[in-house]
Amino acid sequence: MNPVKPYGDTLDDGKVQLSFTLPIEWSEAADEAARQLVAAMGFNDVAVAEGRRIAGGFSFFVVYASTPAAVDVDAIVAPSHAGSALSMDEIDALIRERVGRKLRVAGACIGTDAHTVGIDAILNMKGYKGDYGLERYKEFEVFNLGSQISVERLTEFVREEAIDAVLASQVVTQKGSDIANFTALAELIEAEGLRERVLLIAGGPRMTNLLAAELGYDAGFGRGTVPSDVAAFVAQRFAERVAV
Amino acid sequence: MELRIDSGVVADSRRMAAAIVDPVSAFIARHSTVSVERAVLRLLGVGGTGGDDVPLANLVVESLSRRDLAAGAALRLGAAIAETGAEPEAAARLLVGQAEDAFEGVPEEAARAALAPHVERGVARIAGRRTERDALLARLPQTAPPLLYVIVASGNIFEDRTAAVAAAEAGAQIIAVIRSTGQSLLDFVPEGSTTEGFGGTYATQANFRIMREALDEVSERLGRYVMLTNYASGLCMPEIAALAAVERLDMLLNDSMYGILFRDINMKRTFVDQHFSRMLNARAGIIINTGEDNYLTTADAVEQAPAVLASQFINEEFAHRAGLPDAQIGLGDAYEIDPGLEDGFLFALAQAQLARQIFPQAPLKYMPPTKHMTGDIFKGHLIDALFNLTSVTTKQTIHLCGMLTEAIHTPFLGDRALALENARYVMNTARHLGDEIEFRSGGIVERRAQEVLRGAHAVLERVAQRGLMESIAAGDFADVKRSPDGGRGFDGVFERDARYWNPFEEALQPALSGAAR
Repeated sequence: MNPVKPYGDTLDDGKVQLSFTLPIEWSEAADEAARQLVAAMGFNDVAVAEGRRIAGGFSFFVVYASTPAAVDVDAIVAPSHAGSALSMDEIDALIRERVGRKLRVAGACIGTDAHTVGIDAILNMKGYKGDYGLERYKEFEVFNLGSQISVERLTEFVREEAIDAVLASQVVTQKGSDIANFTALAELIEAEGLRERVLLIAGGPRMTNLLAAELGYDAGFGRGTVPSDVAAFVAQRFAERVAV
Repeated sequence: MELRIDSGVVADSRRMAAAIVDPVSAFIARHSTVSVERAVLRLLGVGGTGGDDVPLANLVVESLSRRDLAAGAALRLGAAIAETGAEPEAAARLLVGQAEDAFEGVPEEAARAALAPHVERGVARIAGRRTERDALLARLPQTAPPLLYVIVASGNIFEDRTAAVAAAEAGAQIIAVIRSTGQSLLDFVPEGSTTEGFGGTYATQANFRIMREALDEVSERLGRYVMLTNYASGLCMPEIAALAAVERLDMLLNDSMYGILFRDINMKRTFVDQHFSRMLNARAGIIINTGEDNYLTTADAVEQAPAVLASQFINEEFAHRAGLPDAQIGLGDAYEIDPGLEDGFLFALAQAQLARQIFPQAPLKYMPPTKHMTGDIFKGHLIDALFNLTSVTTKQTIHLCGMLTEAIHTPFLGDRALALENARYVMNTARHLGDEIEFRSGGIVERRAQEVLRGAHAVLERVAQRGLMESIAAGDFADVKRSPDGGRGFDGVFERDARYWNPFEEALQPALSGAAR
């Protein structure tokens, strides 16, 4: 057991900051409404640091409070593939020596999502945060299909081009559209009998490895991911496959 | 705060942009598209839907033989009107059900004559809305630029209306309703008010009207005119421009190459569509916003700066040829430099000031940081503040307020209020900074500006040599390769035959001579 509470300036003080908008005209009573709301959430020592009108019928609040809740961090399991210790050269070498052929990687923004910033950061030669993209690796053959690719088209591409790893990206998450698209892709890949053959990888700012596992993916990569995280995961999985 | 730049290079860049656009203009003049024809029908009063909720304009164009289409949809509609005496919408419904050779016997002259009053009415509607805007702007003047622009994007037009009114009260001067993701690929404009959308709200005539009414009301209450923006991009560029003109939108995202590069829409389709949509925008008094910011979100901002400037020159040239005066050409740029880069702020200043000097009359559109926004809202708010400072210092005109929650969700109502407060604070406290400072001659900022200008000149030189379509095919823009006959919507492009008639192209033509440059 290792129960942990938020840290303000003293261990276990449980201090958190909240900010939110209420659909009411601002007044002192609105501040009190915000205070009572936060108290009703279970917080103690609620202090409304700021409350003001931001538009007709809308008020904005900044609130500090203490939570009585704690979490046992020893009981948390959230495996991550981020933070690869391998460099580009090491990853290339791993593929060359253990897989013995180039790995074919296809990436796309699926469904109607047009936001390629994530998939481009991982695949484009230039990469992200000084970490080269997969196109720069000698041992990856990369196909960046771009935006608004239907799951049917991506699946067909995977079959026709004998793809080894599929990177599906979703930036728009409104009303669960990302989950619906990820699920549709996983189901179609499965239905087409391709699931055993490919690594299925989900990406996006809200993606976590846990969520990806629930969706039936091999891995999920969220915010802060750099290309070598993804590259190392793909290389290591294929190296393991060959070894078995 | 003038940067010393070589005006000869600027002039030569403009000459090259003209050389680049020349052959494309010749192509445009010989072609039309299904979306141009649908826009013509809509301007003639063909609205509403037919069977299966398909817009009537689409049904009419689909009902035309390839041969009739090559003469333009207007002639067939005119023939039906001449023969039956029906109003355009009723005549359109007749056409849809008819055999291909119906109204075949009507002479062209009769068809044109029958359409003439409807063409006049269409042009008058556009001009009337423009006059209305001019009067409103005179009576309810906007506060000084940078004009604060925010987006609403709930997917539900009625929630968007609430958000837009709240944003106007918090200081927004321009409201853009982001479209549902995927609309750019629809080859029709949806009908009616909508409450479902992803990452945005469908652009429909009914939604335009709902938002316009709400903003007119709040404009009166605040004593300043609040502008409305939507997107004339994708497969329905000209139709959106037509609808925006009659519903008095004030700005449209309307880039000459964006759809090609970032939505894989066929380049020929896009070039033809952008031209007619911009002709409409010119007459409607709508300010276009170009999409150069997209080069920076997909690639490195420092490296892509010359490509942005080159694209601005090309967009300007295309816009001039459609009759848009400088005051309606909102060229785009963005504050997207990696916050970890030493002197990145200086580079951003250089780029923004360079655009301001090269396009002095253009209402430049400055876009906020998105690529390097991570979910750390505190740092994000700070980056936005420096973006705001750059904008006011370099006198940008249209300022899209950055959201501290960029990369997390489409803005909450409270996020927008915080973004507007940030912009108002920075722009008020540093209002005249740009008038007070001078850049060191030969210093980092000036050298950077000169380097970007030289780079843009080199890009234009390469594109002029190769040809624009060939350059796009070779990946010269944004590292994206698109082939001239590939991409979406190519089957909707067709060659005009000798009979071809677009009555609005004709009617809007006179605006060209006087307006440009």
